[in-house]
Amino acid sequence: MENIQTYQELWFVLILVLFIGYSLLDGFDLGIGALLPFLGKSKEEKDILINSIGPVWDGNEVWLITGGGALFAAFPHAYATAFSGFYPAMMMVLFALIFRAVSIEFRVHDEKKAQIWEKAFFAGSALAALLFGVALGNVVYGVPLDDKMEFTGNFFTLLRPVPLLFGVTGFAAVLLQGASYAVMKTEGKLHERSFAALKILTWVNFLTAIVYFLTIAFSFPDVIANWLFYLAVLFTLMWLSAIFFSIAHKNDSAPFWESSFAFIGLWIAVAAVHFPNLIRASNDRIFDLTIYNSSTGLQTLKVMSVIALIGMPVVIAYTIFIYRIFKGKAKSSDHY
Amino acid sequence: MNALLLARIQFAFTVGFHFLFPAMTLGTTLIILISETIYLIKKDETYRKITDFLVRLLGLIFVIGAATGIVMEFSFGTNWSGYSRAVGDIFGPILAAEGVIAFFLESVFLGVLIFARSKVSPKVYWLSALLVFIGGHLSAFWIVVANSWMQTPAGYTINEAGKIVLGDFNAAVFNPSTMARFAHTVIASWITSAIMVAGIAGYHVRKGLHGESARTLLKIGIILFAFTPLLQLGAGHVHAIEVINMQPEKAAALEGHFNTTRGAPIYALGFVDEQNRKTYGIYIPKGLSFLYNFDWNSEIRGLNDFPEENWPPVNFVFQVYHIMVGIGMLLIALGLLGAYLLWRGKLYENKFYLFVLLFLIPLPHIAHETGWIAAEVGRQPWIIYKLMKTAGASSVVVTGGEIMFSLVMFFLIYLLLAVMFVKLFIKIVQKGPEA
Ligand code: HDD
Ligand code: HEM
Ligand code: HEM
Repeated sequence: MENIQTYQELWFVLILVLFIGYSLLDGFDLGIGALLPFLGKSKEEKDILINSIGPVWDGNEVWLITGGGALFAAFPHAYATAFSGFYPAMMMVLFALIFRAVSIEFRVHDEKKAQIWEKAFFAGSALAALLFGVALGNVVYGVPLDDKMEFTGNFFTLLRPVPLLFGVTGFAAVLLQGASYAVMKTEGKLHERSFAALKILTWVNFLTAIVYFLTIAFSFPDVIANWLFYLAVLFTLMWLSAIFFSIAHKNDSAPFWESSFAFIGLWIAVAAVHFPNLIRASNDRIFDLTIYNSSTGLQTLKVMSVIALIGMPVVIAYTIFIYRIFKGKAKSSDHY
Repeated sequence: MNALLLARIQFAFTVGFHFLFPAMTLGTTLIILISETIYLIKKDETYRKITDFLVRLLGLIFVIGAATGIVMEFSFGTNWSGYSRAVGDIFGPILAAEGVIAFFLESVFLGVLIFARSKVSPKVYWLSALLVFIGGHLSAFWIVVANSWMQTPAGYTINEAGKIVLGDFNAAVFNPSTMARFAHTVIASWITSAIMVAGIAGYHVRKGLHGESARTLLKIGIILFAFTPLLQLGAGHVHAIEVINMQPEKAAALEGHFNTTRGAPIYALGFVDEQNRKTYGIYIPKGLSFLYNFDWNSEIRGLNDFPEENWPPVNFVFQVYHIMVGIGMLLIALGLLGAYLLWRGKLYENKFYLFVLLFLIPLPHIAHETGWIAAEVGRQPWIIYKLMKTAGASSVVVTGGEIMFSLVMFFLIYLLLAVMFVKLFIKIVQKGPEA
């Protein structure tokens, strides 16, 4: 494998995997955050919900850090263009993530103001979840770029309808992750409420996913000939339907997996139309940032492949080990 | 104010703030590991109580480190896109490696420490303490690699297109300053936590609170405090020699040394008059030459050998550097004093020493910050030493107004974090370990 092209394609896939990993794992804890005021009615219920993600949310967020690092290492131009070009939006993501992270901890020790920290946790989670989709929508739908690979739009460029739709779709998927995780981790009244939310959110996801697929098909007519796209559509709709089946059978843990698979379908669909682009140029396709013109050199890609292909399986192994320790229903008294 | 200057201010502010927390994390994971190891062997409940107490503190410290760390990770794309494009080939993999190899380990097993005392066996719990310790130190290693590569770049080649690409990854990682800087930074963090727990436990002992747990924690803290600053003197010495060899104009600025001479003096305190190229103050004749290679008459290059446009702001780095060294010397003395009191069995009664101990807690942080500022400002005008100037590194499309806005926001948010941190830290400390 001396050919750099092979490595560039490998890294497109690996970064996709990291982003999927992030969206599924941090997806459920962002989702819990965004659903907190709707699911948790009493202090105790809120404790249970937050404790259910307490031991794992930070590890989940490392998927984002590593995904960002991998993008930097494999495609520094895409990293540089998007992060600097979307500067105000990126700053909002950062502020949201900061508040979300610290409010979980502050809430425990600062009982008097616990409610304020719960609001910060909710707002931070919801805002971050929404903005990730909008950012993805922009790089996929296209933004104006110049011949030096720099973004030439402004903040309002980012808020066009199609990227916003991506944001809403991603947000809905994150809520579904959260609700299905809550179903898995809770008991009693809270459990019933989570089931009810899950049902509504599955309908919502049907709607957003279909609009999302249609929008992709209309925006990128080439996709009509792409079998992977059809597969992804089928995949998502099938797993969403399966959630109804599991709800009917009062199955606690299946919906989480079904929701995750449906989410993966959304990703595959976008990857199918986007490959080999990283950031599409909306003004002139000559300026597209692709995996071929934005990557690092062969040597870097090789070193990175060794690190990732040895390191990530180890990470996944001990992550599974940890999730097994915290298996089962969450309690309100789990925190030290 | 222009965008570049604002970007630099924002970076310095956010990284300086972030660093306060990892500096406490590393040493705390060490003390947790020590305490948990003794608990595993001796089954003495006192050590379990100490671990539980420190884990509560660590949870609070860590979360702020993590929240502010993401800002740093993204900052290379948001604020330093010119830099990212230029050296993504080398800098990118180092940051990515930090995620894969270090951050996952640390944060995943921290979940066990905080939440799973009753869910796992003592051995698994101990193993988690070990892995958190290793993960934290690995993350420090990789970030220090990234920084050291900017100070003393190695392992790269420049291709036909004039672009910096990776040559030998090993050489880039173990560049000439990595190990010296890593040792020095890690020891600094151990000092920070040693003094932190000694100060806290000393306060408890002075007030007669938390009985045996507080006394034992104080003992652990003092023992570490006694020898880590001494280790640091050695590590700092090695580091200083490395700087003289690799970045002679920076070393000359740190020491306020203008003329290349044999038998160069070393200043303990002083002031640099940059205009007249002279340094005034208290000095040891021939001291610098002696410390360089234990020869009173070895030659040390001075700033006059280098074009002035490549000088950092001399008096500024001289002063911050000397604050760090001064604090280091003071801590050596106070640490040894503590060990002496412990040895003579007078530590727990010496209210005055225990009182002073509490107020030492900020000192290692000040040494830390000034040390970094000396190292980073001393590198100017280069962002990558002799390879790339800071001026070309910032993001072209980000305006001064945008950075001004984010800078103000960071300032306000971090202020809130700082206030909350101190408040909750004190609250946890007052609750203390179980007696
Ligand atoms: C508790 C913190 C602390 C203490 C007590 C000391 N240092 Fe330090 N020093 C650091 C914390 C630090 C640091 C923050 O970790 C730095 C910044 C960059 C680096 O690599 O380490 C540093 C940098 C640094 C540098 C500059 C490296 C460069 O420019 O790249 C030198 C020469 C020394 N130190 C030497 C010393 C000496 C001789 C000390 C006397 C005991 C000393 N340090 C105490
Ligand atoms: C936590 C410890 C650190 C502190 C306190 C610190 C401090 C500073 C300061 C004060 C500056 C501004 C220098 C100037 O503009 O005159 C700076 C610049 C910079 N440092 Fe650090 N630094 C730290 C660690 C690091 C690390 C680990 C890296 C790399 C991974 C790094 C990369 C940079 C970059 C990219 C700049 C911007 C360019 C520049 O202005 O020089 N720093 N840092
Ligand atoms: C520009 C410089 C830096 C970057 C890009 C950076 C990046 C990060 C990130 C992304 C995290 C969060 C990890 C998590 O969520 O688990 C973090 C935490 C951490 N960073 Fe930094 N960091 C920088 C400077 C430093 C320095 C100078 C050190 C120490 C020598 C350091 C040591 C750590 C450690 C030990 C953690 C673990 C969390 C904690 O202990 O609070 N970092 N850093």
